[in-house]
Amino acid sequence: MGLRWGTFQENYAQDMAIFRTRLDWGMLFTFLIFLFACPLFSSDRILTILTMMGIAVISVHGLNILTGYCGQISIGHAGFMAVGGYTSAILCAKLGLPFWAALPCGALAAGMAGLIFGLPSLKIKGFYLIMATIAAHFIIIWTIIQLRSITGGPDGLSVPKPTIGGIVLSSKANYFYLVMVITCLATLLAKNIVRTRAGRAFIAIRDNDLAAEVMGISLWSYKLQAFFIGCVYAGVAGSLLIHYFSFASTDQFPFFDSVWYLGMLIVGGMGSTTGAIFGAVALKLLDELVTMVGPILSAAVAPQAAASLALISHGLIIIIFLIFEPRGLHHRWEMIKAYFRLWPFSHEVLE
Amino acid sequence: MNFFLQLVVTGFALGMVYALIAIGFVIILKCSEVFNIAQGHFVLIGGYLGYTFLVPLGLPIWAALGMAIATAIIMGLAIERLVLRPLLGEPVLAIIMVTIALSTILGGLATLLWGAEYKAYHGLLPTITLKIGTISIPSESLIGLIVSVICVVLLMLLFRYTKIGLAMRATAEDLAVVQSVGIKATTVYAVSWVIACVVGVIGGILLGGVSGANMELAEVGLKAFAVVLLGGVNSIGGAIVAGIILGMLENVAAGYLDPLLPGGGLAKVFPFIVMIIVLIFRPYGLFGLTRIERI
Repeated sequence: MGLRWGTFQENYAQDMAIFRTRLDWGMLFTFLIFLFACPLFSSDRILTILTMMGIAVISVHGLNILTGYCGQISIGHAGFMAVGGYTSAILCAKLGLPFWAALPCGALAAGMAGLIFGLPSLKIKGFYLIMATIAAHFIIIWTIIQLRSITGGPDGLSVPKPTIGGIVLSSKANYFYLVMVITCLATLLAKNIVRTRAGRAFIAIRDNDLAAEVMGISLWSYKLQAFFIGCVYAGVAGSLLIHYFSFASTDQFPFFDSVWYLGMLIVGGMGSTTGAIFGAVALKLLDELVTMVGPILSAAVAPQAAASLALISHGLIIIIFLIFEPRGLHHRWEMIKAYFRLWPFSHEVLE
Repeated sequence: MNFFLQLVVTGFALGMVYALIAIGFVIILKCSEVFNIAQGHFVLIGGYLGYTFLVPLGLPIWAALGMAIATAIIMGLAIERLVLRPLLGEPVLAIIMVTIALSTILGGLATLLWGAEYKAYHGLLPTITLKIGTISIPSESLIGLIVSVICVVLLMLLFRYTKIGLAMRATAEDLAVVQSVGIKATTVYAVSWVIACVVGVIGGILLGGVSGANMELAEVGLKAFAVVLLGGVNSIGGAIVAGIILGMLENVAAGYLDPLLPGGGLAKVFPFIVMIIVLIFRPYGLFGLTRIERI
């Protein structure tokens, strides 16, 4: 994609910069100010939705690095979130660790789980790997339920409200700030990870793993790195989710969520940090729409209509995107930007 | 010992039904290289269709089976034409996600039409009792075994002696050759989806006859994946052998280990453990072809 007219790049650093022009920086700060001002004028309900979106964005960033960049398809993401969430919940509830220490521990534990279940990826790919990650999800959830003495099993585990530096994050606004700060940092990190040597190796592996290996990229190392990074993100998201509800239960990590995160990635556009955000936000909005329309439909048609509407709309949106917009919202967004870049004299043909 | 034999025999019958469902998966995979995650949901729809035709409509068993198969044929054709054909030649992730999306839609339809409730039609299938020594074989298991064997034999005959069967085998072998001799690949794809739907629905009726129809029937699809991976994804014979092995293993493991583990539910996670072990140590299964990749 080209630059705005009148923008010149004179050195490598300028060319590689994420935010290139003053307009970019201005838009970024406007957006951040708007985002962090949200609690001032929004209701608790909207804050909850935004917090959930932030958590989904973190999780999808991880999946994007693993699936979108490295090409290792994982349908066990909710399982890895559960590992991270439960680890930090147990550390907080049973060992009395503070929240800020438990969160990285949870992330690390999820990363370790990712390494273990990423091992098959060294031998298998495509469908086989998908089955291995589906299996990973169910094995993780089953293990959590079996370890009843530590995790509370099916009864769940209550977790004390998180505190940071003496401030109890009990209100929705407080927690919103926490999640948004972590989301912004996670986004920045995700964007930068894919610009490093490792990120380029991931892309090479995605495009053709054998060719990448011939070029001297260690598949063993980089595939596992991708699993580790992706699952660390999942672990952070899982911890935030559990601490938000102050309660850990395996019901918070249904198998359907694992699929749904991949759906977010497809709707947003794979292999793009912006796409991950678009996808997570768009599908969370769809979720909200379904929760709003569902009861009306239930009253009008049949009591089970709400549940079936959720399932059918989720399935349909993925099918529609795969057939009609396989490159996702990110691609559409780039097209719109390119159109307005030269507006009203756009005669440039886009590839 | 008696307990063990009882578990093995019921596991064998159950495994045959798994094998039948897994065959549907293998046929689609061989003909069109699509990994059909929705296979379990065909079983779910089948279970509920069996209930609808047997209980509210009160049809006799043969008519109900015929109606269910007719519905399955329409379903298979519609799915292939509307969902899979626009995605011909797309990468593996797109194909798999579309079948996953299909499975959620089928689940949603089942919820809408049957309310995701438990629907029993126990005892409506014909009963046959058989006793070998001291082991009595439950009638439902026996029916499942017989019907599965009939279906498998019919499929074998289809592949061996009919023109479309030959076309399907040829497509599995080499798509380009098939197209160059004027066989329509899309017809082959459509037939493979129809067969997968039909065996899924029949499997659903059989399993529904044992334990009633509910949303958990869809999880049988996950067991079918374990069967397929164990047998090798492109081997029908492998699917049968692996189905029987898995059915027996599952029954025996659940019978002995469930009382020991708090919370139980080993039968539920068992297929996944098998899956991971197979994937780590023998990714192409017992009878699958080892794929050699070149750049």
